[in-house]
Amino acid sequence: MTNKINLFIFAILLSFCFVIFYKGLNNSNIYTPKIKNQKNIPSFKAKDFYSNVDIDSKKIFEANNFYIVNIWASWCVPCRKEHSLLMKLSKNNSVKLIGLNYRDNLSNAKKFIDELGNPYSQILIDNSGTLSVEFGAYGVPETFIINKNKKIIKKYIGPINQKILEEIKLLIQ
Amino acid sequence: MLTNQTGYYSLILGLLLSFLLCGVSIKDFNSSSKTINKNILFLSFLQLVFVIVSFLSLILSFIKSDFSNETVFNNSHTTKPLFYKISGTWGNHEGSLLLWLLVLTLFIFLFLIKSRDQPKKYRNLTLLFQQIIISGFFLFVLMTSNPFNYLFPIPMEGLGLNPILQDPALAIHPPILYLGYVGTSIIFSSSLAAITQNYVSKEWGQHIKKWVLVSWIFLTIGIMLGSIWAYYELGWGGFWFWDPVENISLMPWLTLTALLHCILVLERRGLLTSWVVILSITTFTLSMCGTFLVRSGILNSVHTFANDPARGIFILIFLFILIFLSLGIFFLFNKEDNKNSSNFFWLSKEATILVNNWFMMYFLSVVLIGTVYPIFLDVIAAEKISVGPPFYHKLIAPFLGPFLLFMVFGTRLKWIRSKIENKNLLIIFFMISIILTYFLLKNITTDLLFYTILIAAALFLFFTTLKELFVKKLYNISQTTAHFGFSLFILAILFNSILSSEIITNIKIGERYYYNESEIFFEKIEEKKESNYNSIVGHFKITDEKGKVVKLKPELRVYNQPIVITSEADIKTTLLVDKFLAMNLVKGNEYFNIRYQVKPFMLWIWISVLLLSLGGLMGLLKKRI
Amino acid sequence: MKISKIVLIIFLFIGFSQLKSEEKNEVMENKILKNVRCLICQGQSVFDSESDFASSIKLVVKKKINEGASEKQIYSFLKEKYGQWILYEPELSKNTYILWILPILLFLLGGAIIYKNLIIRKKIN
Repeated sequence: MTNKINLFIFAILLSFCFVIFYKGLNNSNIYTPKIKNQKNIPSFKAKDFYSNVDIDSKKIFEANNFYIVNIWASWCVPCRKEHSLLMKLSKNNSVKLIGLNYRDNLSNAKKFIDELGNPYSQILIDNSGTLSVEFGAYGVPETFIINKNKKIIKKYIGPINQKILEEIKLLIQ
Repeated sequence: MLTNQTGYYSLILGLLLSFLLCGVSIKDFNSSSKTINKNILFLSFLQLVFVIVSFLSLILSFIKSDFSNETVFNNSHTTKPLFYKISGTWGNHEGSLLLWLLVLTLFIFLFLIKSRDQPKKYRNLTLLFQQIIISGFFLFVLMTSNPFNYLFPIPMEGLGLNPILQDPALAIHPPILYLGYVGTSIIFSSSLAAITQNYVSKEWGQHIKKWVLVSWIFLTIGIMLGSIWAYYELGWGGFWFWDPVENISLMPWLTLTALLHCILVLERRGLLTSWVVILSITTFTLSMCGTFLVRSGILNSVHTFANDPARGIFILIFLFILIFLSLGIFFLFNKEDNKNSSNFFWLSKEATILVNNWFMMYFLSVVLIGTVYPIFLDVIAAEKISVGPPFYHKLIAPFLGPFLLFMVFGTRLKWIRSKIENKNLLIIFFMISIILTYFLLKNITTDLLFYTILIAAALFLFFTTLKELFVKKLYNISQTTAHFGFSLFILAILFNSILSSEIITNIKIGERYYYNESEIFFEKIEEKKESNYNSIVGHFKITDEKGKVVKLKPELRVYNQPIVITSEADIKTTLLVDKFLAMNLVKGNEYFNIRYQVKPFMLWIWISVLLLSLGGLMGLLKKRI
Repeated sequence: MKISKIVLIIFLFIGFSQLKSEEKNEVMENKILKNVRCLICQGQSVFDSESDFASSIKLVVKKKINEGASEKQIYSFLKEKYGQWILYEPELSKNTYILWILPILLFLLGGAIIYKNLIIRKKIN
């Protein structure tokens, strides 16, 4: 009798494990950090791209606007692809784009901007990559959408495409 | 072309033979003859031959660089050295499954030969259960992982094998490891056969012990080879990372070790029958589970094969069918231990082996839960967490101390009822261990209490087993050697962990770097060209505070296919200490980043594991002396 | 003479303890880096990884240690930016109670069974 009960218990446990593993197969095993709740903008000081002067984060995000922080580099191939879409976004009056130049050579970065255009109202230099860490980024390109309450509401890892552009346009209305 | 055909059809024939053997074994089971049908032996041998032919066909395709074969195309390249062309055969998913089949069919054939004195019905059933497993694998290979797929048009060149896999230790690591944990299939099959025949007895214990020992020895050495490869090849100076794939090889080892000890009780006293069957089932189940976790892409690890959820589903279903089948048989046929002989005193060898099981099952649960919990959490709560070395260390280390102490006492107890003999000698050894530990650790480390307990316990085991070896009690030499090896292993790991030191710095050619009265001198760079890579060799001269000079030449290799840059550390190994130097480029700079490690007693870690295996080998050869 | 000797000793002491605290900082830094996963090479720790992300994290951790942050604070910071996954040691939260407690529970359960088993034997014998 006890044997049959034990078998029954094991059967239930094993079925449970089976279902878990079956579902687990469909999940990706690569980890990408997600934004769970809206986070505050980190406070930091960074050098401006053109003037080479230190700026405080409070000054950068002063205005009552939507902000988009875009991490880019001249050596990053997908950044080139998304740049034209960023140019389109910059025409939108309700949003200001802030660029974060990640681990880059200043003259190469300037050439990149001269060649493809400057969508950013301000560009910051992040040679060591530590500023990106403050935003919770780990590569390029990454894009953060910040609302008027100065909270980060959405994050995009990888280059922006047309579909994402439409999504952003909806968010910044 | 021909090799592809030969290989493929051999597999199909092997599968058909599997079905045939199932039928024949059932028929023979029901027949009234006293001995097993001779045809069965022949058919099993034939099946083995077909698998060997298939395996050799694949090897031949690799050697010829026959890129019409998809597996060869994906995993090989014309410029690879011959040795790695051959070992590349089993370094990929499809080829390694052929290795699974090879070991499965080999072991059942050897079993049939070596078990002629065993009851016929038991042998038939073992064959049946093993063939169920074998046919499952044939189906898996033929349906999802065929090593003989055609590619047309035939590519001129292959994609190449990942260079970090081109290493001698890694070349032989899979075959040896598989002989270990695939070999547990025969223990699984025979335990199920034995329990249905009410044959889990002393005689069966004596018979199955050698199979357990053989699997155990290969598994121990196989895991060691994997660690050695990680140490020499991966450039980080570590040898165990509690990576999911490593844990998966460790788990069957834990249950197999527990099983080994239970078999000793079974053959002597006929007890612990349930434990033996459950552990046999669990060991092979864990091997299969390991196969699932590694090949399905469900886990995130440096070691995993290419992800394919379709394969995962097949193995998952197959695995659970086997588990349900085996547990069903167990619960249906399990009987209680004989009431008379199960009268053993609490202070006895039987009791200590129960305690050993208790601790082993705990260690197993830590590793198992640590490895699969992230999967459960991800599915149930959609949250991803990591379970890494700190988890395992925190949960395992505190229990190692008492475990080592039990090893000292358990081996001195006799069967049924005992008292501890030579109490005075034990007390002396204990005192020596503690005092020695205190003096050794006083100046070296700050985690005094934690390390003291562990090292004192390990030293205690060390001294007691050493004494046994000197007194030359031959009847127990396999056990003593193995336990001595284990104590040495723990000591080597602990001292290595406490005394290792590391320097990381950026250095230019011609520069000298000073630290702690030692000097690292970056002499020059040499460029080398080999058949499938170019390399930059750094010549370093390192002088330690005693004035001893060691020359190390770490390399940076650029392989041609696939284009991968690897850092090959140079390691100078001596009996007392390993000196380890790895070199990397610093981006956009003339500087090189070097990592220099001084690791005492590394060699003793490998030696102690070999001693452990040697103990097992002695156990295997013992009766024949 | 005596005063200058004392002053010298005090300076040496300060310098020495500065050195000690630098060493301690480095030990703690290495310990932390070995406990953090690299997001780019997901099988390696930040300490072992050569990726860009790893270098950035190394700099951030170094800066925080120099600012006097404790080990716990640094882990909290990284967890807040990247999620619990980035730390090799799972913290004790409602999600991980089972993870940490289950093995111990099983151990105690096993112990109870053995205790019952063996004490019965003691009584019988």
